Amino acid sequence: MKRAQSPPGAVAAQGQTMSDSEPRSPARAEGSPAGRPDAAIQGGVLETRDLVVRYGDTAAIKGVSLAIPERSITAIIGPSGCGKSTLLRTLNRMNDFIPSVSIGGRIYYRGLDLYRPDVDPVEVRRRIGMVFQKPNPFPKSIYRNVAWGPQINGLDANLPELVERSLRKAALWEEVKDRLHDPATSLSGGQQQRLCIARALAMEPEVILMDEPCSALDPVSTAHIEDLMFELKERYTIVIVTHNMQQAARVSDHTAFLEAGELIEFGDTNRIFTKPEVARTEEYVTGRFG
Amino acid sequence: MSASKIDLSGSNIDQSGSKVDLRATPQLRARRTRASVFRWLCQAMTLSAVAFLGLLLFQVVRDAWGWLDWNFLSSFPSRRPENAGIKGALFGTLWMISFTALISVPVGVAAALYLEEYARPGRLNTLIQINIANLAGVPSIVYGILGLALFVRGVGLGKSVLAASLTMSLLILPVIIIAAREAIRAVPSSLRQAAYALGATRWQTVRHHVLPSALPGILTGVILALSRAIGEAAPLIMTGALAFVAFVPRSPMDDFTALPIQIYNWASRPQAEFHHLAAAAIVVLLVVLFAMNSLAIVLRQRASGR
Amino acid sequence: MSLARRRTLRRDGVEEGIRAGLFLCALVSVATTAGIIGVLAFEAFEFFREVPLTEFLLGTRWTPLFEPRSFGVLPLVGGTFMIVIGSSVVAVPLGLASAIFLSEYAGARLRGVLKPVLEILAGVPTVVYGYFALTFVTPILQRFFPETRVFNAASASIVVGIMILPLIASLCDDALRAVPEELRQGAFALGATRMEVSLRVVVPAALSGVLASFVLAVSRAIGETMAVTLAAGQTPNLTFDFRESIQTMTAYIVQVSLGDAPAGTVAYKTLFAVAALLFVITLSMNLIAHRVLGRFREVYE
Repeated sequence: MKRAQSPPGAVAAQGQTMSDSEPRSPARAEGSPAGRPDAAIQGGVLETRDLVVRYGDTAAIKGVSLAIPERSITAIIGPSGCGKSTLLRTLNRMNDFIPSVSIGGRIYYRGLDLYRPDVDPVEVRRRIGMVFQKPNPFPKSIYRNVAWGPQINGLDANLPELVERSLRKAALWEEVKDRLHDPATSLSGGQQQRLCIARALAMEPEVILMDEPCSALDPVSTAHIEDLMFELKERYTIVIVTHNMQQAARVSDHTAFLEAGELIEFGDTNRIFTKPEVARTEEYVTGRFG
Repeated sequence: MSASKIDLSGSNIDQSGSKVDLRATPQLRARRTRASVFRWLCQAMTLSAVAFLGLLLFQVVRDAWGWLDWNFLSSFPSRRPENAGIKGALFGTLWMISFTALISVPVGVAAALYLEEYARPGRLNTLIQINIANLAGVPSIVYGILGLALFVRGVGLGKSVLAASLTMSLLILPVIIIAAREAIRAVPSSLRQAAYALGATRWQTVRHHVLPSALPGILTGVILALSRAIGEAAPLIMTGALAFVAFVPRSPMDDFTALPIQIYNWASRPQAEFHHLAAAAIVVLLVVLFAMNSLAIVLRQRASGR
Repeated sequence: MSLARRRTLRRDGVEEGIRAGLFLCALVSVATTAGIIGVLAFEAFEFFREVPLTEFLLGTRWTPLFEPRSFGVLPLVGGTFMIVIGSSVVAVPLGLASAIFLSEYAGARLRGVLKPVLEILAGVPTVVYGYFALTFVTPILQRFFPETRVFNAASASIVVGIMILPLIASLCDDALRAVPEELRQGAFALGATRMEVSLRVVVPAALSGVLASFVLAVSRAIGETMAVTLAAGQTPNLTFDFRESIQTMTAYIVQVSLGDAPAGTVAYKTLFAVAALLFVITLSMNLIAHRVLGRFREVYE
């Protein structure tokens, strides 16, 4: 694994609000009790070590060590408020926009510390894309939605082809190929979400983070997107946060169970849902709480 | 189940057979009457405010009747009321407002963008915000004094269109900033998040998404601010806009006059003819303002109807 | 595969440059305030080197432009004060009643018609109000109160009142509408009439916003220039008789700048002294209003 080469004279992290600079909180919370990842997936494409995330004085994540395996779907489940979304957003430095946030511990992307001062969050987000809970296409045409990201990042070598490719990968091409210049808002909810996925794919990321991508959609659209995720995982690493346990069980290869900011258990999905090692996990997946 | 009578024996409910009386008691009727009077009073007061406006417009139009013609629009002021016109004032106002817009709109929108998109919460920025709120309440004549000291004298621009425009820009800058900030704030954060998640820098996000989205709201605010500037006379008096101007400005450094100044000048003369002239000029001014405000309202509907 | 920046230095330069440029624009507002305070303070200081502060603030004769010179500003303050009182008498009841009507009684359609009308009222330039006062209001006043002069405080007060009425109506309307519906429902459920709900529940709940609107309106009335210059007169006159001609601080400033007192003389410097006083008064009132507004804003949030 290569370490990042900082160009000589690299300026400090770019001037976005606050936490682009070295935000280290000295407090290290205890490691998770049973967060021992299964041996085969140690040190995956994304790895957190003793991650602590604070908003002001409140700790939302209290020492999570987790390794996301490559080219698979990892689900993060847990009761509301357990920190799932916070964890997800730390992975692509979207938490940087919250002024009071501070990060402790480390997050590694292919062995590189994501929060090092010379790491540019903009570059991070090109490699680690995100799809949000509520579809949020730009108020522009379908084409411009997909094309915009590559264009501003200088990846616009063959834009129309890139747009078509991304829309095909998101299983949306057939439905919109004749109306690429219609406004994105004219699409249905499920289509908009697939458009957002296409938009993220157009950046050719390695990892796609999905924050409850189906919770605003109807069951049919949800099924489409779940099918889509199966196809995508052959090329991309997917991390999905969901409060829907059945979805996690259906879709994911690995599952992490979070509660109150701590990683209670992580492992192979089948095992988590049938023979969890920790009692608390079993209580959650059998619906006794949350 | 057949309906059976509920056995109420042993309860406190009066079962003597008399109906419950829900009619209004005398006290309630009195309260009701007072309430009706109150409502009527409030309504009357609101309508009287509307009536004032109607009265004012009626008066002005009546006074201007017969004095507002093409001759009026194309002549310069004169000692003889029949020959006097507002050509100089119209062009002066036009020049002044154009330069004011050119100066104040970019600065105001830029400041609003900084405060909403770039600023960190902190002492300096709270200070700036309080400062802007206070500036919005400073009397316009004080801005005139600032303009006099700073632009007319200090920088040495003299009594020119440019000095007046700079002064006017300072006057409406807080208004523009406040309106632009609201428009920018109304852009949903999900839009920004989507752009950032694609690896966009702050400026790219602002330029391609936030600003276009906020534009209708910003334009509405700008038009309202400019329409305020058109009607202001006090700052112009201080920066030396003259009243007897028999020419049209040819450069930003020229002397000039403006509609409100002309109106003031004519209205403060004792002769009745000049009052008619003032009324005619007022009609012109009100027509311009009405057009601008209608435009702003249309824009506002479009912005919120989207 | 490096996560460090590609094309970093150029893009960073642009981003930083844009940020700096926007920041400078935001600083213009600070510079404006600094400029106002600087100019007024400097010139007023020059004035007070020649005229003692106590004579200025406590004297009751204001004749700075001709002999024998007197620099007591109270007549001007008194004139301004009369306008404040007079316009408040007009604007406060009408404005508040309009706000109550708009927020508690009027349906959406009526609001849609009335609110723009009020906005139009607020958008009429002050010279127009001055003209209206001079040519319409004063003659009517003279018909009912024969001793009313051509220039008088009453007519100016009335039009200034109409001018600030929309401000009160709009701010109070916002304040009243911000009161949660549950409060009204609770009162209705207890059998109250709408008047009782409005006056005893809603207005008290919105009191801070209502009071702040009064303070802001008064501040605007104090700073009002053209209407009072045209209608109220140019005679500094410490009186409480609304039929007489008076001069406000703002009207005096206009008089001096249109007159021919040479720059640099004490007479001319009175302009800045009066303006400084005006600025201090309006600034204090605005600060008070914003404190009141701000402090109680969190009550329902």
